[in-house]
Amino acid sequence: MQRFQIIGAGLSGLSAAITLAKRGFSCNLFSLQPSERAQSVLAEGGINGALNTMGENDSPALHFADTVRGGVQLADPNAVEGLTAHAPEILRQLEALGVPFHMKNGELILRNFGGQKKKRTAYAKSSTGKIIMSALIDEARKYEHAGRITRFPHHEFLRLLTEGDACTGVRIRDCYTGSMTDYYGAVLLCSGGMNGVFPGMTTGTTQNSGDVTAAVFAQGVPLGNPEMLQYHPTTIGIAGKRCLVTEAARGEGGRLFIERNGERWYFMEEKYPELGNLMPRDVVAREMFFVRQQPEAGGQVYLDMTALPEDTWAHKLSDLRAELMNYLGTDPKHTPVPVHEGIHYFMGGIAVDAQHRAGRNGLYAAGECACQYHGANRLGGNSMLGALYGGQVAAQTAAAAGADLPEPAAVNETEPYAQPASPVLIHAVSGILLDALGIVRDAETLQAARERLRTLSHAREYNAREQARLRLAEAMLLGALERRESRGAHYRSDFPQTDEAYRKTTVVRCLQDSVSVTFEPIPQRKGETDRAI
Amino acid sequence: MQYELWILRQDSPESTPYRQCIPFETDDPQMTAATALTQINETPGITDSEGNPVQPIRWECSCLQKKCGACAMRINGVPRLACDAKLAECAKKGRITLEPLRKFPVVADLICDRSVLMKNLHLLQIWFEAETKADETVGDLTYDAARCLQCGCCLEVCPNFYADGDFYGMSGLLPAARLLTALPDIQKHALHRACRAHLYEGCGKSLACRNICPAGIDIDRLLVNSNAAAVWKRRMAKKKREKSR
Ligand SMILES: Cc1cc2nc3c(=O)[nH]c(=O)nc-3n(C[C@H](O)[C@H](O)[C@H](O)COP(=O)(O)OP(=O)(O)OC[C@H]3O[C@@H](n4cnc5c(N)ncnc54)[C@H](O)[C@@H]3O)c2cc1C
Ligand code: SF4
Ligand code: SF4
Ligand code: FES
Repeated sequence: MQRFQIIGAGLSGLSAAITLAKRGFSCNLFSLQPSERAQSVLAEGGINGALNTMGENDSPALHFADTVRGGVQLADPNAVEGLTAHAPEILRQLEALGVPFHMKNGELILRNFGGQKKKRTAYAKSSTGKIIMSALIDEARKYEHAGRITRFPHHEFLRLLTEGDACTGVRIRDCYTGSMTDYYGAVLLCSGGMNGVFPGMTTGTTQNSGDVTAAVFAQGVPLGNPEMLQYHPTTIGIAGKRCLVTEAARGEGGRLFIERNGERWYFMEEKYPELGNLMPRDVVAREMFFVRQQPEAGGQVYLDMTALPEDTWAHKLSDLRAELMNYLGTDPKHTPVPVHEGIHYFMGGIAVDAQHRAGRNGLYAAGECACQYHGANRLGGNSMLGALYGGQVAAQTAAAAGADLPEPAAVNETEPYAQPASPVLIHAVSGILLDALGIVRDAETLQAARERLRTLSHAREYNAREQARLRLAEAMLLGALERRESRGAHYRSDFPQTDEAYRKTTVVRCLQDSVSVTFEPIPQRKGETDRAI
Repeated sequence: MQYELWILRQDSPESTPYRQCIPFETDDPQMTAATALTQINETPGITDSEGNPVQPIRWECSCLQKKCGACAMRINGVPRLACDAKLAECAKKGRITLEPLRKFPVVADLICDRSVLMKNLHLLQIWFEAETKADETVGDLTYDAARCLQCGCCLEVCPNFYADGDFYGMSGLLPAARLLTALPDIQKHALHRACRAHLYEGCGKSLACRNICPAGIDIDRLLVNSNAAAVWKRRMAKKKREKSR
């Protein structure tokens, strides 16, 4: 029987599973918790697609241009071309699943989102991810009924099974019973971002521990651009995490200011007259960082939504208002919200090509765990799109390469990856990384962090997961150190310029007892050479 | 502020539950039961009030902002989300009890197996057979119905729900209501038929589920707008008449 093993049941995992099932293939869908609890349900502001329903002459070509520019030319142009060309179709597919996007007279209403010159973000108030997930979960249930999708919630990925250079399956543990099983077949990693590398400091879920990425990296799968962390400009601190204030707040007219000489200074509008508060996230976050340093400015940046019309609060941002009132005890309608940058998205991750192949036969990756589409900075609304589209592409590629396989087998040996990492180590590593991988970086701090990491690595014996985490941390630091330029989310005070020589993917590999970094060329846009001739 | 967290511990589905009291000190008014559990599990060498070591407490969480339903448990006897339960607000004389939901089989400590929710949606055949499109005029209803966290708090307080029973409760009705807002009439009838047996008929009490729902879903409004309302209203009216007698 042909089986595909999908790790992760968020948008990308569900999208891959449904794509396979639609084509008559069967797959297993493993996740630590059911889909209802995946990070994808947190997505708020919306999903992009150049449907051109707002009379602004939008097109996939313009969406392509914004995405590539937003990612500061670091994304694979062929992959982005596929993404933006298929985006309208993906929105139509979601509509056909009954997703209640904001609509008027039968047409989708699109909103402004950061880094984009046209209105192209479809939304359902400020719970877009949850609403899309509910629709996809129902769709997956249809195929579950048909026996093509088998859901395994509360099941944990431990490691890949390999034969030579090929990936032949996964070792899985049932978190409720503790029993382990080997499942054979092509593996699609859809395991989300690496939040757990920075516990308590990201806007995402605790479920995405980063363990999957760390384990496959330690097993020899290369990572791309691991230094590219997205700091979202507007987050607030709540118990145990950073809580996102959706970019839609600015899309609908929210303005950032800081007090200067007793007056409100709307610094983004002053410096960037065209896009203002809606500049790409890397730019906004960096500007916030720098204005806070100015001696005459107050130390706190605020998001001012007090001028938003009643209708916007009632129909577009009602959930956001309720959330902010709950956490801050003040009404954003009347009081500006104190905001701070917070880690929100991982542009880097498992290196994949435009077909979502992850460097070995039988292995694919999609969604936030993969390094694809977003280059050095992701645009708001492009990640749900990337997860859905990437899941589809990965499934199509995997389906074309499928093979017959042995039946699942119970595991009776001890498995090194079954041991959890100690919270003390997790926090120690996170502390080292946070010091060096902030919004502004430099060689000295990065070197010092590598030293501390090295000392920590030799402090005691570590189990397999802990070792993998230490390796992953080293990969992030090394990527940031070796990229001697500033680009997108990676800003080096010692190399403040963008350098064409580094318009390459940082590829990090885990060797026997070290980590190596190379810079590999970004594929040329198809047709470009022909055009040049 | 010094709290006493009384946690109902259970090592495995078969083992006997016991209570463990863990002293917990914090001055943070925002501290939730979820963050307290995280901190306890991250404190090396932590001991309970009798000086015994505290083994890692097993519990589930994910979003930490009441959007995923993972952390539902009984807190001082009330089913709610641990990430939304501020210690300062829910403590009674400094005491807080944490127990797993009771309507579902316990896996370990505060984790229970809520897979029956998935199973029931499966039995109700909650999916669209053919392509559809959300009806813009009832977009708000579709939206609200799609917000259900599948947390199980409503089932915990529902007098008529049992894990192996054939009444599925609010967490079953909401996903059905999502479909009902978009289905053409002919297909609606089939879904109503399925719902009648497992949802409409078995219910008819207090709407206790409405007050407990951590997502604040306006359950009444959804009922009124699905055809279930007719059935439901009749039952509610009957109930009221019986009460006033
Ligand atoms: C607060 C917030 C708001 C956002 N808003 C937007 C927005 O408006 N627009 C937008 O485009 N994007 C937004 N994003 C980003 C977007 O939601 C995510 O990037 C996207 O949903 C990721 O989907 P995914 O399928 O890759 O992973 P996820 O949804 O994160 O799912 C990961 C899956 O992997 C599983 N998993 C993890 N580790 C293991 C393991 N060891 N074993 C087994 N399974 C495992 C998990 O259980 C889960 O099922 C937002 C993100 C956040 C945090
Ligand atoms: S109204 Fe009462 S009986 Fe009906 S689902 Fe809610 S709690 Fe259960
Ligand atoms: S209806 Fe409310 S309480 Fe019940 S499962 Fe859904 S979100 Fe939870
Ligand atoms: S952790 Fe998601 S609701 Fe509490």
